[in-house]
Amino acid sequence: MKKISRRLFVEGTGAGIVAVAIPLEGQAQSAPAAPTTASNAPKTTIKLTINGQQRSMEVEDRWTLVEVLRDHLQLTGTKIGCDRGECGACTVLVNGKAVYSCSQLAVWMDGRTVQTIEGLAQGTKLDPLQTAFIEHDAPQCGYCTSGQLMAAKALLNSNPKPTREEVRAGMTGNLCRCSNYNHYVEAVMAAAGTLKSGGAA
Amino acid sequence: MKSLRNVNPKSFQEAARTLAADPKAMAVGGGSDLLQLLKEHTIAPDTLVNLKAIGGQDKIETHGNTLSIGALATLDSISHHAEVRQKYAVLAEAAGQVATPQIRNAGTIAGNVMQRPWCWYYRNNFPCYKNGGNTCFSITGENDFHAIFGGGPSFIVHPSDTAPALVALGARFKIQGANGTREVAAADFFQPPTVNPAKENSLAAGEVLTEITIPAPAKGTRSTYLKILDREAWTHAVVGVAAVLEMDGAMCKSARVVLSGVAPIPWRVPAVEQILAGQRITEDLLVRAGEKAVEGARPLAKNAYKVPLLRASVKQALRTASGVSA
Ligand SMILES: Cc1cc2nc3c(=O)[nH]c(=O)nc-3n(C[C@H](O)[C@H](O)[C@H](O)COP(=O)(O)OP(=O)(O)OC[C@H]3O[C@@H](n4cnc5c(N)ncnc54)[C@H](O)[C@@H]3O)c2cc1C
Ligand code: FES
Ligand code: FES
Repeated sequence: MKKISRRLFVEGTGAGIVAVAIPLEGQAQSAPAAPTTASNAPKTTIKLTINGQQRSMEVEDRWTLVEVLRDHLQLTGTKIGCDRGECGACTVLVNGKAVYSCSQLAVWMDGRTVQTIEGLAQGTKLDPLQTAFIEHDAPQCGYCTSGQLMAAKALLNSNPKPTREEVRAGMTGNLCRCSNYNHYVEAVMAAAGTLKSGGAA
Repeated sequence: MKSLRNVNPKSFQEAARTLAADPKAMAVGGGSDLLQLLKEHTIAPDTLVNLKAIGGQDKIETHGNTLSIGALATLDSISHHAEVRQKYAVLAEAAGQVATPQIRNAGTIAGNVMQRPWCWYYRNNFPCYKNGGNTCFSITGENDFHAIFGGGPSFIVHPSDTAPALVALGARFKIQGANGTREVAAADFFQPPTVNPAKENSLAAGEVLTEITIPAPAKGTRSTYLKILDREAWTHAVVGVAAVLEMDGAMCKSARVVLSGVAPIPWRVPAVEQILAGQRITEDLLVRAGEKAVEGARPLAKNAYKVPLLRASVKQALRTASGVSA
């Protein structure tokens, strides 16, 4: 795990492509992270599955999902760009559907299944999307990349062989301030095996 | 974010009772509108009544001749529903053009029609009518995206894409209060700012929307939603047209045409409907329909561009809906 992540970090702009959930390793399955709750704020204990691990944890009712992921579970692969549902950097899958984790409260995740960028690779085996993103130089600065990957994952889950137009439509909810949109589309097409020969960027 | 409590009601009635008992409580569906307002301190509820917790209220089903859509049905599920796409295309297209896939996955149909205005003065906490004040800053301010019909005293435009489609389809809204239920036609649900400039509809405190029903369209009905944006995606309609036409060949037997992006409520244009009824769709008729649609428009200083845009959009939407290549 460590080795491949190192290699990839060196190989390119891997930072956004492979997020390694170091703090999760070796942690008891349902061990709650140590959230720092304000003493008088309403709190709720929720049970949810994150990247295949069942967890039970106490959250403040006002916490957003992305806050819990980043600040309390150290799953910092999910980024915050705008915190207003306007950029897509925080995209994760909830019950298989892409949503903005900045625009969901964590208490609403009770009983749900959340997949983040940290759960995309199968052990040391990268998801075909991650491989394609590397091969097609999809990220530039990489900030939007984990969100782009999760949006693409949701798209291919529901439409494994999308057309270029469908990829573009499926990724409209993810801004890239480096404006590397064409490479992202090529990478998704390649991962889906729908890239026409000669169509590579 | 401010401190708040989330409660999970077991029924719409329990939700309505909680809301009626606590003026600082608010209903929440997908949260895609409400959480942005909360983070900006535009609203400050102490309690959120999480309607998703009720469960099973997101169904889209046909009962006899009526389509029933649960209040919690997501925009994504509506836009992909086979029967909605086939018989109620205007609604599937409107839902499918809202914002982005992520917002359509979270956003519910009830939340979509109940969303608050996206006027930048309201969203930036100016003390305008919508924030409990007694003025509309758009009148003398930045009014590029504001109303050209039905404005005053507030000049917001109603932000929902699905609302004009629902009005055009003759939908009805079922509403649960603390002490009972009521039903209202979508066309009567939305209220102009002259009724209460702080609100956009007749939902009272302590009421929730539970279900939307739509009668089966008459034979030969064709429909479409045309949405014009100032960029390719992720934003509200600058101008939108929901057109529902009952066709017999090239003959339009009857029409319902409702506009978005131009008025504080979904804006029905009876004058357009009348000149279409009983007429063959021709280029000339479409031109006249476009002209009729903009009659009486009163643009503000910076939104006169909406007039020609609307004229052309109505013409184009009617052509698409009719299926006639006039
Ligand atoms: C960046 C961005 C772009 C957007 N673009 C568009 C667009 O192009 N077109 C468009 O139409 N919308 C747009 N929206 C607005 C909107 O958030 C969504 O369309 C969505 O459908 C709202 O549904 P929700 O369930 O998330 O609402 P919520 O945020 O849960 O609720 C919205 C409001 O409705 C009330 N409410 C919710 N459910 C009920 C109920 N059952 N009974 C009574 N009251 C209820 C809530 O109290 C709240 O005031 C956009 C939002 C964002 C953030
Ligand atoms: S951080 Fe959630 S959409 Fe930008
Ligand atoms: S790669 Fe820089 S924001 Fe997209």
